[in-house]
Amino acid sequence: MSVSVRVPTILRGYTSDAAEVSAEGGTLSEVLADLEANHPGIRARILDDSGRIRRFVNVYVGDEDVRFAQGLETATPSGSQVSIIPAVAGGC
Amino acid sequence: MSLPPLVEPADELTVDEVRRYSRHLIIPDVGMDGQKRLKNAKVLVVGAGGLGSPALLYLAAAGVGTLGIVDFDVVDESNLQRQVIHGQSDVGKPKAESARESIEEVNPYVNVILHKERLDSSNVLEIFGGYDLILDGTDNFATRYLVNDAAVLLNKPYVWGSIFRFDGQVSVFWNEYGPNYRDLYPEPPPPGMVPSCAEGGVLGVLCAAIGSVMVNEAIKLITGIGDTLVGRLMIYDALEMTWRTVKVRKDPEAEPITELIDYEAFCGTVSQEAQEAAAGSTITARELKDMMDRGEDFYLVDVREKNEYEIVSIPGSVLIPKGEFLNGEAFGKLPQDKRIVLHCKSGGRSAEALAALKGAGFGDAVHVGGGVLAWVNQVDPSLPTY
Repeated sequence: MSVSVRVPTILRGYTSDAAEVSAEGGTLSEVLADLEANHPGIRARILDDSGRIRRFVNVYVGDEDVRFAQGLETATPSGSQVSIIPAVAGGC
Repeated sequence: MSLPPLVEPADELTVDEVRRYSRHLIIPDVGMDGQKRLKNAKVLVVGAGGLGSPALLYLAAAGVGTLGIVDFDVVDESNLQRQVIHGQSDVGKPKAESARESIEEVNPYVNVILHKERLDSSNVLEIFGGYDLILDGTDNFATRYLVNDAAVLLNKPYVWGSIFRFDGQVSVFWNEYGPNYRDLYPEPPPPGMVPSCAEGGVLGVLCAAIGSVMVNEAIKLITGIGDTLVGRLMIYDALEMTWRTVKVRKDPEAEPITELIDYEAFCGTVSQEAQEAAAGSTITARELKDMMDRGEDFYLVDVREKNEYEIVSIPGSVLIPKGEFLNGEAFGKLPQDKRIVLHCKSGGRSAEALAALKGAGFGDAVHVGGGVLAWVNQVDPSLPTY
């Protein structure tokens, strides 16, 4: 169950500057665990200390926000795209 | 989402206006009706900076009748790489005034209104009240949430764009018809976690890509044509040259917005830990110079990023980026027998690093208030700033 994960600029320090990496897992939770195994530190930027998705980060499977699906238990079918979209304020 | 036109048409266009806008008038979807709506529209642009520059120029050229500009800042040389509404001779001039001069040159039929003040809870409702539509191109989370909440309270739509390095995001928030910004991002990140353009940089031309989409959406909202970005977030990657769209929904668990709040406290500028660490452990750039001149034995650490260090640095400083203090890697690189002095660009990041350093037992560590910018300003004005 391989999926591609879109990594935003501010988290590319964890992925050797790769904008897209592949990860394994049938649910978002498993994908994030696999992501953490290969790119240590990245999961803590997405999940808070109690394991919930941070309120200033959105995670999408396809074009659906997982907050409105099954959260971390959202299914990630093989070939789907997981996108991590953090809040950015810059306009300057 | 297709929506009714936001603005009623003006009575008529003058002969001069018909000539000027002819390339709009012959588009069936715009036509005389759409151009008259643009003429009657009052649009407020918050921030005459990276996004505000192209947005204002194109809104003016398109024939938006009234353009308001909120900006309290002055033009700096480092703005000119992307803020194309300002020019070399505008350096030092208020951005609002500089922008007005450019707009008047592009289109003398635009009525320009300047608000040369910082937008805050005390003035936002009154300022927004005079406009049909708002474009948000500001540079900090506190103002982003302020703009959102005021727009919700006044039931006005606004076009939102943000940029960082090579990435852009753009959407339209209109609470009556779809989600608002708090549905997308319920809370801001903690201070220091997401770098600003001033810390992380921005590709100048990215402003044009995102700013032009913002104007595109503004024109559609005013004239009631096409499908707007209400309920959709567009994400632009200038390196890969991709535009992606994701859905934005109303959050059923969101707290209703009923009043304005203290946005500085909500977003913070420096975290509580950093404020406490910096209290009583902050030295000035001048004091740092005096310590050097007296030959004191201390270890000066620059916690910025490598690119910034290459632009300008304080003599004798060692580069260890802030991230290494937060993950603990830095501590093994520091001498145990010397006092540690931290600095960054302007004092925010070094305060964050100082909190981590004190937590690791370096109790006598200090940081330089105002950072390398204060050093250039107070000690060595021959050095460049950025």
